[in-house]
Amino acid sequence: MAILRTLLASLVVLLAGGATLSATTGRFQAFTTEAARRLAVQQHPAQTPAVTLQLQSGARIGLADLRGKWLLVDFIYTRCPTYCLALGSEFAQLQDRLAGPIAQGQVQLVSISFDPERDTPPQLAAYLQRSGDRGHGWLAGRPIDSRGLGQLERAFGITVIADTMGGYTHNAAIHLVDPQGRLVEILDSGDPELVAQATLRRLDR
Amino acid sequence: MIARLTAWLHRHPTRIAALLLLTLSTPLARQNLESSMTAQMLLQIPLLVVAGLLLSRSLPRRTLAFVAAWNHRGISTLVLASVTSAFWMLPRLLDAAVNDPLVAIAKFLSVPLLIGLPFALGWPRMGFIVKGVFLLEFIATFFRLGWLYLIWPERLCNNYLLDDQQRLGQYMLLIGVALVVAVAGKLLWGRFDSLAESRPASTAPAR
Repeated sequence: MAILRTLLASLVVLLAGGATLSATTGRFQAFTTEAARRLAVQQHPAQTPAVTLQLQSGARIGLADLRGKWLLVDFIYTRCPTYCLALGSEFAQLQDRLAGPIAQGQVQLVSISFDPERDTPPQLAAYLQRSGDRGHGWLAGRPIDSRGLGQLERAFGITVIADTMGGYTHNAAIHLVDPQGRLVEILDSGDPELVAQATLRRLDR
Repeated sequence: MIARLTAWLHRHPTRIAALLLLTLSTPLARQNLESSMTAQMLLQIPLLVVAGLLLSRSLPRRTLAFVAAWNHRGISTLVLASVTSAFWMLPRLLDAAVNDPLVAIAKFLSVPLLIGLPFALGWPRMGFIVKGVFLLEFIATFFRLGWLYLIWPERLCNNYLLDDQQRLGQYMLLIGVALVVAVAGKLLWGRFDSLAESRPASTAPAR
């Protein structure tokens, strides 16, 4: 009897554990936070907050003012020696690749600083210049208060941690926001062609 | 020294477990132990397991008898402990346990109560083969995960740095090697299979 009961108990534990594990990992697809947030926005697009940004020019703009366009959003800090430099040059390449939709006002590139204390408008302008900004369709901005920054980090799923060299480490990706202001897709950085194709596919739909 | 510590642990298991759990759940301890992936996986979670092991000694006799009736050779409790530990190896949950208070509560409850406690209840009932299979898997897990963390080129947790992940990998490989040496030594010179037969009533984990 004890053997049968043990079999039963073990089966129940295995089934319950398997079901919970499946629910936790999005049916065994997402074992990391990065994979999980990509899967989550694909299944349930998330509304992005209408946070006000101060741009490289010093002007202020609300993210809500950009509704009606597809946005490619990345998060950066301008002192960043690694990811953000790569992301910067990737955005410059996307300016070329998406020049048509940008000229028609369908697509806008937005780099948002998560280090607003240091990333003043002149710093942001210098970042754009360093990255090879082609001069059209790319805005760099910093949230005007820490509340706005917190809202953005939560909505986009950005985690910023201090590294050992006085800088930050953060999850780098390119976030696609639809004309209604919903985050619909998170794309890996590193291959601008894939990002361009994903964006053009969305425009064709 | 160690004998006195063991004796002390045996005298007040519940109090020590409660003290351990309280200490670990203070903001100071959490901040320190969760600030690195290595500390969370190799200190915080193992200490929570230890709290669960100790708690098993405060269960009333009737509960023990009930569990035993469903726990032939310690299989059910081993399955429960293994399944639960699989969750706390997922990078996603290690991240969430830092950022999400609900997941943190789930960790502080499930690691002692669903890993440490059931394991302690099952270990004395496990026969030589079950123990062998468990130890093999336990050691293999250190090698598998350690190797993964060491060679993986990207961060698996958004909260932790890459060099932290690689250091964790190194430590896990070292622990794996140490466990192999310890088990080999016990197989060669120890009385490995005598535990289940000689101490059937004890619920203390063997060391």
